[in-house]
Amino acid sequence: MTDRLRLGIFLVAGPVFLGLYCYAALNLPPWGQYRGPYGDMIARLAVYERHATDTVNAINYDYRGFDTLGEEFILFTAAIGVSMLLRREKDVPTSPVGKVEDRPPLSEAVRAVISPALLITVIFGFYIGLHGQLTPGGGFQGGVILATASVLVYLAANTEGFKRITSHVAVEVVEAAGASSYALIGVMPVLIGLPFLTNILPLGTTGDVFSAGNIALISACVGIEVTAAFLLVIYTYLEEIVTGEIPEE
Amino acid sequence: MIWCGAGILILLAISGFMVVRTQNVIEQVIALSFYGLVTALMFFFFQAPDVALSQITVGAVALPLMIMLALSRMKFRKFTRQKEGEHD
Repeated sequence: MTDRLRLGIFLVAGPVFLGLYCYAALNLPPWGQYRGPYGDMIARLAVYERHATDTVNAINYDYRGFDTLGEEFILFTAAIGVSMLLRREKDVPTSPVGKVEDRPPLSEAVRAVISPALLITVIFGFYIGLHGQLTPGGGFQGGVILATASVLVYLAANTEGFKRITSHVAVEVVEAAGASSYALIGVMPVLIGLPFLTNILPLGTTGDVFSAGNIALISACVGIEVTAAFLLVIYTYLEEIVTGEIPEE
Repeated sequence: MIWCGAGILILLAISGFMVVRTQNVIEQVIALSFYGLVTALMFFFFQAPDVALSQITVGAVALPLMIMLALSRMKFRKFTRQKEGEHD
């Protein structure tokens, strides 16, 4: 395909797309207007029914808990897939060719800033993860923030420092435990004859940290799973890059 | 209020376009990180703080980190291939 032909196609397709786009944009609802009935209804009912002030998480972990279960297992499968593709087999002989510099060339000033930043990140991660039913946030966000805290350790020290705070086996086990405990919480109501993922735990006082029943518990499980999944992926990559060994092909 | 939202959307469009236009891969990752931050700002402005929080960490930190790790791994492979070639 020559440049001329390509430009011709663009000059035809571009205006057509622009026209259709403007036509579609003109039919959008006005600024700040919401048309459907469900959003307004759930926003009113969530506090009364579930004692959760963050309606988004009431939907994610309760009203539509089954969808989130699927999403969680997508992340689980993705992390397992990465660690399987990049796994290191004990039997295959490796040839150490070249060595990657395992000391990030950072100034002392940056490394001095990292330790207070690490403290704040860990506290903020736990706060976000445990207050999912009250304020914006929840397990997924808290888990990702906690996982980035480990990257700060890698930045401040090196891969050895990163490996000291994690263990491949432990991360795998914790990830599986986090993912399966969500499913087990869902199965619990089935044992007493209620639908899957029914909120059976006591709802507590609205605004309390230990409120909203299942929502807080599921949020914590998701946080554990997400932290472990991200740690597993980062660990797997770092292990292969920094050891400086490749399996013989 | 409307103009502020429109400004964020235009900034988002420009930064998205610049991500595509950037030639160097490393620079592109940094541009992608900035694009993730602007996306998070957009989510926050349009009253989705939940999504904004995950977008800040995933879009601005985790995704560029994964790409950087994958890139450095690819470079390492290439480096070892060249070394092997020299021995022949």
